Amino acid sequence: MRNENGTELLDVRGLTANVSGVTILKGIDLGVRAGEIHAIMGPNGSGKSTFAKVLAGHPAYEVTGGTVRFRSNDLLTMEPEARARAGIFLGFQYPVEIPGVTNSAFLRLAYNTIQVARGKDELDPLEFDDFIREKMKLLDMDPAFLDRSVNEGFSGGEKKRNEILQLAVLEPTLAILDETDSGLDIDALRVVASGVNSMLKPENAFVLVTHYQRLLNHIVPDYVHVMAAGRIIKTGGKELALELENRGYDWVVDEYRAGERDKATSATAAA
Amino acid sequence: MSSVLEQLVNKPYEHGFRTDIETESAPKGLSEDTLRLISAKKNEPEWLLEFRLKAYRHWLTMEEPHWPNVKYPKIDFQDIIYYSAPKPKKKKSMDEVDPELLRTFEKLGVPMNERAALAGVAVDVIFDSVSVATTYKEKLAKVGIIFCSISEAVRDHAELVRKYLGSVVPPGDNYYAALNSAVFTDGSFVFIPRGVKCPMELSTYFRINTESSGQFERTLIIAEDDATVSYLEGCTAPKFDTNQLHAAVVELVALDRADIKYSTVQNWYAGDENGVGGIYNFVTKRGLCRGVSSKISWTQVETGSAITWKYPSCVLLGDNSIGEFYSVALTNHHQQADTGTKMVHLGKNTRSTIISKGISAGQSNNSYRGLVKIGAKAAGARNYSQCDSMLIGSRSGANTFPYIQVNNPTATVEHEATTSKIGEDQLFYFRQRGIATEEAVSMIINGFCKQVFQQLPMEFAVEATKLLGLKLEGSVG
Repeated sequence: MRNENGTELLDVRGLTANVSGVTILKGIDLGVRAGEIHAIMGPNGSGKSTFAKVLAGHPAYEVTGGTVRFRSNDLLTMEPEARARAGIFLGFQYPVEIPGVTNSAFLRLAYNTIQVARGKDELDPLEFDDFIREKMKLLDMDPAFLDRSVNEGFSGGEKKRNEILQLAVLEPTLAILDETDSGLDIDALRVVASGVNSMLKPENAFVLVTHYQRLLNHIVPDYVHVMAAGRIIKTGGKELALELENRGYDWVVDEYRAGERDKATSATAAA
Repeated sequence: MSSVLEQLVNKPYEHGFRTDIETESAPKGLSEDTLRLISAKKNEPEWLLEFRLKAYRHWLTMEEPHWPNVKYPKIDFQDIIYYSAPKPKKKKSMDEVDPELLRTFEKLGVPMNERAALAGVAVDVIFDSVSVATTYKEKLAKVGIIFCSISEAVRDHAELVRKYLGSVVPPGDNYYAALNSAVFTDGSFVFIPRGVKCPMELSTYFRINTESSGQFERTLIIAEDDATVSYLEGCTAPKFDTNQLHAAVVELVALDRADIKYSTVQNWYAGDENGVGGIYNFVTKRGLCRGVSSKISWTQVETGSAITWKYPSCVLLGDNSIGEFYSVALTNHHQQADTGTKMVHLGKNTRSTIISKGISAGQSNNSYRGLVKIGAKAAGARNYSQCDSMLIGSRSGANTFPYIQVNNPTATVEHEATTSKIGEDQLFYFRQRGIATEEAVSMIINGFCKQVFQQLPMEFAVEATKLLGLKLEGSVG
């Protein structure tokens, strides 16, 4: 739901960022309040995934300007693990494989680390086992996943489910899901969507980075943002996603360029 | 490699201090006179001097091995001190050990005091060329176990030493074994008589202290019929800019149904981050399963040394005998390791297992080299080998050189190998879930090495885990 009087969780202003010397983000502004679902859409190479990774603090990206506040803290000065402990979760587009570390050990360490950060009790292995099996049931996951190495030999869909499992376990304040829907079959998509829907509470928020409208049939966003060439160039309601599905992105880009031209002309005129 | 990973791998070496102690050293250089001097210093019997001279003359005809996948400048064998011992000479009881030495080993966490922390572990302590103390000797003697320095064994148990010395690794076996046979100065001797299960862990702690001294120790372990022993060695050295040579020989003999477990936690000084200094660890270790249903198990955690060249092996002569090799070799900076094992199956239904885990960080190079040989008479022999490599960062290298020779059609030989890479993305994944880099690395390494660590005696498993964590601090990214 749109929550105009809700607590502001994320406040991004003029964010610019480089990777290997190339500017990818060219000035992003975005505000997310508790209780909201935002969708970020846009053509390939528009900077959606970069934006998601910059928010999570990936060291390969260099922030060159702008500010990001998360629950009034300066997010950009925080280490990635501190951001996670403060309640930011990134569902990865391509979850990496971690050989030799079992999913259960990984999940438990992550869970306990975040519990400690929240001033709550850790779970011992037995308690955690009960807890995690319950969560897996909700996501229709085979408990055999627990004993396998993290993401190792998982199919694309299994990796994405594993991301959603982590989301369910860690209960973040702000979840950024980077193309979680790509590579999912329709059943998996439903499971993921119902997972997300059941996790949305008045205190937390979701940012869904996606290519396709189809996820948004199952998770209804309050805002749809269109990103192109490193900027958010249009923001609308859920109906914008349908329009994008029908008309593609070009018209948004054209509209934006026309707007920019007008601005430039009037600026010249003023001068 | 990111700076976080680098910091993690580049934790300073904790054992790099040097003890200021008066030593008695032979002049640099190697000749028959050097051997005579060593032999005289130790009041050795004539046969042992002959053993040395024969080995030396053979060594002179040999050439350094060039096949290992390591690079180093030619060693000047005349520039090494072959005998260095703390003064005053060795004392009979612990109370008489030089307090400076006691402090040194206390600092290294080695319990020379029988009431100390690691009670339940008997230790033989070797400082440069000589054994300075052995704990729990009397207690072990009550059940007939001999645990002492090899010099003492030569004096007090000459027949045993003479019977077994060189029986597994003959003096002319290879270049460094020949050198060791000529100049070895001390080492540990263990004899477990028939039917005795050794009631405690036995261990030897090696310390090189003198710059430009080599350490050439010789370890001999004999387990008679139905005897069992678990033995552990640890090693450290001060930091010097020069390289020191460590060329040891370890021989194990297992008679009928005997069981020898030999574990190593090797943490010799590895040189600095530019590859200056460090130990050349050129070691020959071999166990002979002479008796039926005997078993020899090697476990090694190799983290130190500038260069490691070492292949703890099993010769499975007795029918139904078992050989095992569990190894973790970690290299960082400019370290080079060429290590693995040889399993030589001669008896019927002999079995061997090889689990090797190589971790390379920095610009290091880590090679597994192994031989599985099934003799013509080894009907029903079985081997399983698993060699996994992990690369940390993008400048390190890993190689696997498995050699398999099967001369009996009923044998089963399996080999599996994997390579994985730990980089920034793996670490970021952990961090995004709230787990700090150090914890992530230790979790990854522990997961990777689990099969090997499980083989170590409890206390040392903990020690080894910590050691790898320290060594890797700052290396991933």
